[in-house]
Amino acid sequence: MTAPQGPLTATGEGVGLPVPPIPPAVPPAGRWYQFPSAAGVVGRTAYLALLTFLTAIFIYPFLWAVSASLKPREEVFDNRLIPKHWHPSNYLDIFRGIPDIATGVPFGRWFFNSIYIGILAALTVTISSAIVAFAFAYFRFPLRNFFFGCVLATMMLPGAVTMIPVYLIWNKLHLTGTQYPLWASNLFASAFYVFLLRQFFLGIPRELFEAARMDGDNYWTMFWRIAMPLAKPALIVTAVFEFKSSWTDLIKPLIYLRDDNQFTIPRGLYNLLGVLGPSAGGHGDYQIVIAGTVLATLPMIVIFFLGQRYFIEGIATQGRKG
Amino acid sequence: MATATATAPGPRVRARRWFAGFASRETWAAFAFLSPWLFGFVVFTAGPMIASLILSFTDYSVIQTTHNVGWDNYNRLVHDPKVTTAMKTTLIYTAMVVPAHVVFSLGLAMVLARVGRAAGFFRTAFYLPVMTPAVAVGVLYLLMFNGDYGLINAGLHFFGIHGPYWTTDPNWVKPSLVIMHLWKVGASVVILLAALMAVPTYLYEASAMDGASKWRRFRDVTLPMISPAIFFIVIINTIAALQTFDEVYTAFFNASTPYGTDASLFYVIYLFQEAFVNFHMGYASALAWGLFLVIAVITAIQVIGSRRFVYYEGNKR
Repeated sequence: MTAPQGPLTATGEGVGLPVPPIPPAVPPAGRWYQFPSAAGVVGRTAYLALLTFLTAIFIYPFLWAVSASLKPREEVFDNRLIPKHWHPSNYLDIFRGIPDIATGVPFGRWFFNSIYIGILAALTVTISSAIVAFAFAYFRFPLRNFFFGCVLATMMLPGAVTMIPVYLIWNKLHLTGTQYPLWASNLFASAFYVFLLRQFFLGIPRELFEAARMDGDNYWTMFWRIAMPLAKPALIVTAVFEFKSSWTDLIKPLIYLRDDNQFTIPRGLYNLLGVLGPSAGGHGDYQIVIAGTVLATLPMIVIFFLGQRYFIEGIATQGRKG
Repeated sequence: MATATATAPGPRVRARRWFAGFASRETWAAFAFLSPWLFGFVVFTAGPMIASLILSFTDYSVIQTTHNVGWDNYNRLVHDPKVTTAMKTTLIYTAMVVPAHVVFSLGLAMVLARVGRAAGFFRTAFYLPVMTPAVAVGVLYLLMFNGDYGLINAGLHFFGIHGPYWTTDPNWVKPSLVIMHLWKVGASVVILLAALMAVPTYLYEASAMDGASKWRRFRDVTLPMISPAIFFIVIINTIAALQTFDEVYTAFFNASTPYGTDASLFYVIYLFQEAFVNFHMGYASALAWGLFLVIAVITAIQVIGSRRFVYYEGNKR
């Protein structure tokens, strides 16, 4: 794995301009460790065993959860990997509701809400952040460094500090109790993505834009027709990251959503966990909660496998700014 | 820079040019592109910062009339035993989790760095937990760390160890939360792995030729070269740990246990309850600013302290 030159590097190649490739930011990577040749076999075996053990630790909770979600209530805690009695109807129960406790749990609704809010959040933040990032990358204007300093400062700002006044703003707009607060602020760009996309736009050779200006492009068409298509990998990074953070968010739905038809999956699961717990009058139907947990996690895993390359690149970029 | 001294414009000329910038078409276009962020920054970041500072000197509660209360909220904050408990819990947890996080993720990254080509598969395995929603992690934590039937204790039992009541024994809540957190170090592993792979091989070759032991090579080549990545991870995770909320709130503050326990009362959880359960918005704003100051001070200490340890290639940045 060589560090940054993968999909996150822009050249003008796609547009048919002779642009020299951008040199890699780091020297070519090498393995700094070689397996010792003589005493190797033992060391190698021990090493593989360690690696397998560590991987098993990381994967096991997933397997445990999938297995527990297929067990009847009494066997959830028996810690068998293969259920003694199969009980796949847990997955139906979570959509149908559980008699006399959580009747009519609108899980399908939550699922839909999560998808719909996640897509809106990802779409809005990607486009708005790209516009702003382009301003920082292409234009030279007074106060640019000051504004960019503000962007960097915002990235470090703890969310807890602005939580209350932001709530009050939505309250003033009479939008608490609706789903708008979960995504609408994404219309105004987000610091981390502005940073990420700016890095990317900076990698696009300026000659491309100048050529486009000659051809009569204005600033907007230049951005939309030249910069955006070239930035596709970085835009995908932004979108998948935001979809993930929207999908997994708990605190905003806790603050803003009241009616359980509006809940997102995490918010709904949080309720379900409480309601099914013994001290709240439930029978401890944890198999249902676990089935919900599996359903909440599965889309994320699918998305990760589809966009793995982008996730890894995005994360590694995050580290490089440090 | 130095070569331009002969023609460098004086301060007045520079100032005039700077102001002239506002007249150019490009500037106006730039500000148009910038406008979404400018609006968002004022309305959702800078404005709220100031607003919460003002609110922290009032008894604002959404419903009742608001009064100025001066420093009362901050006075109360200092004497509130719950704040002391929550702050202590949060700080102890942070002091435990950040070093554990760094050591564990570095260890994993170094193990992966040896794999070479197959690293991709293992990296994926280590990264998957990061994709798991916090609520799901909270649910799994609650069930797997259960003192009577949980998987962890079943595993310990296999080795003849009688596991503690992780989720109910106040002494074990924080360690178990740390262990749970270590499951989610995948992002740091990816960052450190990239940093490790970027260390030029010739440095190792040169130091090996000088007769440096493996440990010396690790201490004097690897660590300095990846110190910026480590520093980044420390800062980010300290800030995140001080704001711990999601998993703990799910596990300990749901409808079956609405009031949780002192051992699991983290600062942001208390803040959240004061603001959105009790609607003491003024007091909660003071709590928020208290947290902000704590985070700012700790981060500043880390940044200053890091100057001795973090090595940036070439020059200071």
